[in-house]
Amino acid sequence: MDLTRRRLLVLLPAAAVAWKYVLAGTPEASPNYKLTEHWWTMLIDIPKCIGCGSCVRACAEENDVPDGYFRTWIERYHVADWKIERPEVTSPNGGKQGFPPNQDASGKNFFVPKLCNHCSDSPCTQVCPVGATFVTPDGVVLVDKNYCLGCRYCVQACPYGCRFINPKTKTAEKCSLCYHRITKGMTTACCEVCPTGARQLADLKNPKDPIHEFLRTHNVQILKPHMATGAKVFYNGMDGSVR
Amino acid sequence: MFKDIEHLIRLAVVILVLLAVFVVLRVAVVPRSFGQYGHYRGAAIEETAARPIAFAGHDACEACQTDVVEQKKQGKHMVVACEACHGALAKHADDPASVTPPKLDTAVVCARCHEANSAKPKDFPQVVTADHSGGIACDTCHQPHRPKIETSTTEAKKTEPKTKTEGRK
Repeated sequence: MDLTRRRLLVLLPAAAVAWKYVLAGTPEASPNYKLTEHWWTMLIDIPKCIGCGSCVRACAEENDVPDGYFRTWIERYHVADWKIERPEVTSPNGGKQGFPPNQDASGKNFFVPKLCNHCSDSPCTQVCPVGATFVTPDGVVLVDKNYCLGCRYCVQACPYGCRFINPKTKTAEKCSLCYHRITKGMTTACCEVCPTGARQLADLKNPKDPIHEFLRTHNVQILKPHMATGAKVFYNGMDGSVR
Repeated sequence: MFKDIEHLIRLAVVILVLLAVFVVLRVAVVPRSFGQYGHYRGAAIEETAARPIAFAGHDACEACQTDVVEQKKQGKHMVVACEACHGALAKHADDPASVTPPKLDTAVVCARCHEANSAKPKDFPQVVTADHSGGIACDTCHQPHRPKIETSTTEAKKTEPKTKTEGRK
């Protein structure tokens, strides 16, 4: 068969499309993991948090989070006497190196670990103009870094301040709930290293998960429920001053 | 009536060609897995899941370090995962011979959790390290995997300075 100009013109687009699929390759699949059988979330037990910063360091190491940016961080709340509406919140370097000792001991003091709330009606996924961020069928909000334009809409939309633009890739980044770990049957890096069990990964679709008993028997809150984001990182023992 | 129908046919051809170009471009540009689960690239889920891990998890550690597991079981550090202090060691778990965990400075590592801070839970054991040990390494007196100093041996009691600061802020 002669390769005429006409035939070449017909073949070129087809070849381009085929080559694209070759380049994409097949990513390593997690065996026996079914997307629809999980609904991931996290439980934060504030009275157990000691502000050691292990979670922040582990997250940075596990996910290559650049210095000065945080997928999870710890805040130290200082509520003086009755000033519940004006708490003093400090988070030196996200609590990565812990907190300086001998801080103001008056009033009420406690630590609050923060991370993406993996909202089921998340504002950040709703504003993405290209579909680069989404809620997976197992309830994790992820960013497709190969598809993200870096337009920053989602960074502004998140009411919890959980997103940032990675200075290297220039794309949006956030807590992935260690998706590469939980799909392999492991816990997240932050939950793995938390020495007091203040952070616990939970699967709401797993009837044997202790989260169900915990939610039944404790006064658990979510952050900013008035925003109707469907946040599903549950906070136990949370003070009214936390926002 | 259809005297100038040729004009309409030309227009229709132009529209059809544009439509065809659009369809071809769309097929070429939109990723294959887009829309598999929703308005996003379905393959992105697998790509995210394919990332290599850095923390091996305590199950991997405990498979080999059975002596440390036995030690930890006897003390309060039972619940603390190995990598909480020793750091990310998935590479060590994959290849224990060539990648060895670094030696830890207990004066730094222990203080991360146990340095006194008014925001820490009151029942969590805390010390002001400057008063408690003067900055010497904690494993001088404490065994990190089973940190409680047994009171039955009076020797241990003597070597522990200022016990009053321990356990309370």
